[in-house]
Amino acid sequence: MSRFLKLHPEDNVLVALSFSPKGSLIPSPSGLISTLDEVGMAHKVADVAIPKGGVVIKYGMPIGKASQDIQAGQHVHVHNTGSRYTPTVYRAEEAKVRDE
Amino acid sequence: MSDAWKGYLRNDGRKGIRNVVAVVYLVECAHFVSSEITAEFRGENVHLIGFPGCFPNDYAQRMMERLCTHPNVGAALLVSLGCESFNRAQLSKVIAASGRPVETLVIQKSGGTASAIAKGRDFVRQAQAEIAKVPTVDMGPSDLIVGTICGGSDGTSGISGNPAAGRAFDALVALGAACIFEETGELIGCEHIMAERAETPELAEALVQSVAKAAAYYDTLGYGSFAAGNATGGLTTIEEKSCGAYVKSGTSKISGILKPGDIPTRGGLYLMDVVPDGEVRFGFPNISDNAEIVEMIASGAHLTLFVTGRGSVVGSALSPVIKICANPDTYRNLSGDMDINAGSIIEGSRDLDGVAQDIFDAVLRTASGSQTASEVLGHREFVLTYKQFEPVGPSCHPAA
Repeated sequence: MSRFLKLHPEDNVLVALSFSPKGSLIPSPSGLISTLDEVGMAHKVADVAIPKGGVVIKYGMPIGKASQDIQAGQHVHVHNTGSRYTPTVYRAEEAKVRDE
Repeated sequence: MSDAWKGYLRNDGRKGIRNVVAVVYLVECAHFVSSEITAEFRGENVHLIGFPGCFPNDYAQRMMERLCTHPNVGAALLVSLGCESFNRAQLSKVIAASGRPVETLVIQKSGGTASAIAKGRDFVRQAQAEIAKVPTVDMGPSDLIVGTICGGSDGTSGISGNPAAGRAFDALVALGAACIFEETGELIGCEHIMAERAETPELAEALVQSVAKAAAYYDTLGYGSFAAGNATGGLTTIEEKSCGAYVKSGTSKISGILKPGDIPTRGGLYLMDVVPDGEVRFGFPNISDNAEIVEMIASGAHLTLFVTGRGSVVGSALSPVIKICANPDTYRNLSGDMDINAGSIIEGSRDLDGVAQDIFDAVLRTASGSQTASEVLGHREFVLTYKQFEPVGPSCHPAA
């Protein structure tokens, strides 16, 4: 049983409240859709498509910019989203992102 | 439970919730001797703090003066090698003027390591006996200064632990406590919504400026206030981390801005500006979480609320740390290190208000003398390094 939280009505990402395998169903503006990636607890998944350069919104606030086209249902993280301030430091093997 | 308890009344009129002898090394070269002095009193009220550098620094001097006259501190032993630049005479004078027992031990004049350790331990025993006689006095929430920090953050911090801590902060501010939130480098992206909560337009401008300073500082260094583990836990950018961190300030109006060592003049909510002023020198603003905790203690924090997602285990010298675990998986792994399970919000077994009440109760219990998880385990982390600050401007002070 996967659970997802939309923190603010203007958000374009949902937050996973527990580990969710690929293919989990999430609500989206166009009805229930399947996730395209597995998503760890407290990680984010897009509920609408976000074009490259588009702003990722969480808490109703801009939290970064899409560095490539993101499809609805995709994991939104360091592999496809970047800071508008300073670059993010991460260890790829631990950040639970797919090899693109 | 009752909202009043007995605190320790200092000669300067401030009230403490712990009664500690501080053993203070004034340069790394005096660290070992100080550790050995302190080791004799394991599990007792004797805490080790210090400054490693041999070069003088106004910030470190002021921090030490504030820390050694903190209301939780009853007496201080200063341990000097002898040739370092730290102004030990000035520090001793300030501590003595506050009415606290103080002794300076200069290793080079004390016959070396073994003899300095023996003399230091003698002083600590005398100081313990003396501060055991400090009068106690009624104390309540309006006497408290409480800090909050998040460390080892992940994607759960901003949706469970931090908003619960924010609600506890709101309750404390409403009762007249002074509450401090901090790390302007972790408020990047939130400056405008934060400014709307300022008590005056001038303060609003100063809040925006303090975050702009942090953004420029971190930009020069090439890193945000973001550790690799933050990304492991689902945080993607510094802005996202900031939004999650910001909510631990609650919803109260913001009364003022403090810099490390500035003591709130009345109750209310304060932002601590921890990013140094002037050109970038000495490296990162805060090299680890305990540097921020120490700065809030220097500003009088009796205790600190520490929200963690990945699972920090730290405590602090001088002032207790209440650890609030935002992530239910982490809580299961590290429950012995945690005081509050905010991960229950993620799992749906508790709500934000329930956990906020748990935090509020833990604050009063800790203030009344009950030990936190990190105190029981003996954690007494402390770190202080070089920084530089200008005094805050007039718009940063709260209206009387």
